[in-house]
Amino acid sequence: MQKRFEGAPDIKPWLAGAMVFAILAVAGALANPYLISLMTIVLLFTFLGQSWNLMLGIGGQLSIGHALFVALGAYSVAVLDVKYGISPWIGLLLGMFIAGCAGAVLAWLSFRFEVRGIYFALLTIAAAEFARIMFSGWEFVGAMQGLFFPAPTNAIEFAMLRGDARFYYFVALALAALGIVGTELISRSYLGYVWRAMRDDEQAARALGVRTFRHKILVIAISAATAAVGGGILALVQGSIFPDSIMGMGPSVDVLIGPVVGGLGTTFGPLVGSLAAIPLNHLMGALGDSLRIPGLNNIAYGIVLVLVVWFLPDGIWPAMVRLSKAIRPPSRVWLPQPRKAEE
Amino acid sequence: MTALLDVKQLSKSFGGLVAVNNVSFALEAGRITALIGPNGAGKTTCFNLVAGALRPTGGQVFFEGRPIENTPPELVCRMGIARTFQIVRPMRDMSVLENAMVGAFSWTTNVNEARSTAYESLESVGLAGKADARTDQLTLPDRKMLEAAKALSTRPKLLLLDEVMAGLRPTEAAGVVRVLQRLAEAGLTILLVEHVMRIVMEVASRVVVLHHGAKIAEGSPSEVAMDPRVLESYLGAGFHA
Ligand SMILES: Nc1ncnc2c1ncn2[C@@H]1O[C@H](COP(=O)(O)OP(=O)(O)OP(=O)(O)O)[C@@H](O)[C@H]1O
Ligand SMILES: [Mg+2]
Repeated sequence: MQKRFEGAPDIKPWLAGAMVFAILAVAGALANPYLISLMTIVLLFTFLGQSWNLMLGIGGQLSIGHALFVALGAYSVAVLDVKYGISPWIGLLLGMFIAGCAGAVLAWLSFRFEVRGIYFALLTIAAAEFARIMFSGWEFVGAMQGLFFPAPTNAIEFAMLRGDARFYYFVALALAALGIVGTELISRSYLGYVWRAMRDDEQAARALGVRTFRHKILVIAISAATAAVGGGILALVQGSIFPDSIMGMGPSVDVLIGPVVGGLGTTFGPLVGSLAAIPLNHLMGALGDSLRIPGLNNIAYGIVLVLVVWFLPDGIWPAMVRLSKAIRPPSRVWLPQPRKAEE
Repeated sequence: MTALLDVKQLSKSFGGLVAVNNVSFALEAGRITALIGPNGAGKTTCFNLVAGALRPTGGQVFFEGRPIENTPPELVCRMGIARTFQIVRPMRDMSVLENAMVGAFSWTTNVNEARSTAYESLESVGLAGKADARTDQLTLPDRKMLEAAKALSTRPKLLLLDEVMAGLRPTEAAGVVRVLQRLAEAGLTILLVEHVMRIVMEVASRVVVLHHGAKIAEGSPSEVAMDPRVLESYLGAGFHA
């Protein structure tokens, strides 16, 4: 009787996920350079979306200034590499540490003084804007002129994380896979349960012994540290960073489009959402350029966002799961962390 | 023997309103005590004070001899006091089973252990068959029982139940009463708020009566039922049990 609840690991979703990534790997070996670089961005934003999603979708803490943590990772990698020739691997570790601490301090200050919910979100914007303005005037990190990595070579140097576009595609693919596996493992661990409890009702969670103060700080620090890893790789892929390109409101919004469109709090939402939103953005950007309608991509972005929020309020991925459930009703379909799975 | 919970001259005012006024009582381990009183008497406020959800304006609360009146709710829970909410607070986007698992993480980080504990808690309140349901698929009486299951999963020494049997059919309520009696026999101390006098008479070994925030009587169920002040307060407020 109790057997049913003993939590035998369900193999099927892992198999399905592995297949998706195998296909993406083969595609990476075959696709043309334009697609490769587009997909690299999609996968990096999948990873960044996972990081943001961990914080809001599972931890219940909204950040609209996630670019701050992305940028701390990007600058850690860039400063060490460009100015001192130190490996980006070290830069990534440093970035994780700095961003994790920044997230923890921001969270601690905020919750210590009972700043929460939407006010905390405003604080994240303020922190990101403050950092952008500071970095814009800070000569050591290149100020407005930014930092430029050495020109890309065709020789792959793993120790320095240097290589061609295809190399970065595979780095991004590995990162996205890591993000999905990591999110799934966290959300199945006790942290996933207490964080979701805290997200749904903080007072009720506290009454059940959840030490929400420290768990909020923890989820924000982890989210910030992982965002920094994505930021460090993003900087390498782009070859240069500027305060405005990586720290403003724009990148903060880019980070959250994937999970919002794909499905908040779901493991595969950020991937599905990024796959839908980023190519559309590029396509519309190109179309806008050829039609001489600058900003067409932003309009298209806005329209898609409104449509998704209107028709699929819980995102594309839960809708896909519902659909597959409807198509083959008897089999048990796996739904990662269902949020309002059917309505 | 010292009491498990010792409430001493506890008071709480909201602005000018004195919701709890100089209330003292003690709970002996392994007993079921009922906290009764007309609507607005201050019962839920008492629970909130004991559970750390509210700070008292005066008085003290001792649990196992230690003062807890300024301890935050999550630590009070970890010391061994679990409470339910009169206005139910399920975690909306978690299943019934997952809701019941949360409390177990106050003493374990093992997910399988939490799951089997949660399942036992659900079984003891008759919700095991609905373990995979979403909480918005539950009826209100079921949601009240889920509150009790969530609290039980924390493995408390003292359980505070705020009107969890409201809306249950008599046969269902009898089942819950049996569960409570079994838990008490196993050593759990229970303080319950309950409006149905029949249940109070059946389950409680002691009764504390509040009226307008003050304690007006305390004793065995039969003593309290004959107390003229109690009868008056209930009749005055429209006796409806
Ligand atoms: N947070 C609050 N702020 C202001 N007044 C409050 C608050 N909580 C309770 N009260 C008031 O305190 C008094 C006691 O309320 P309480 O909820 O403790 O009563 P109760 O005995 O639980 O009643 P019921 O049987 O209706 O649940 C009421 O007059 C109520 O309006
Ligand atoms: Mg009440």
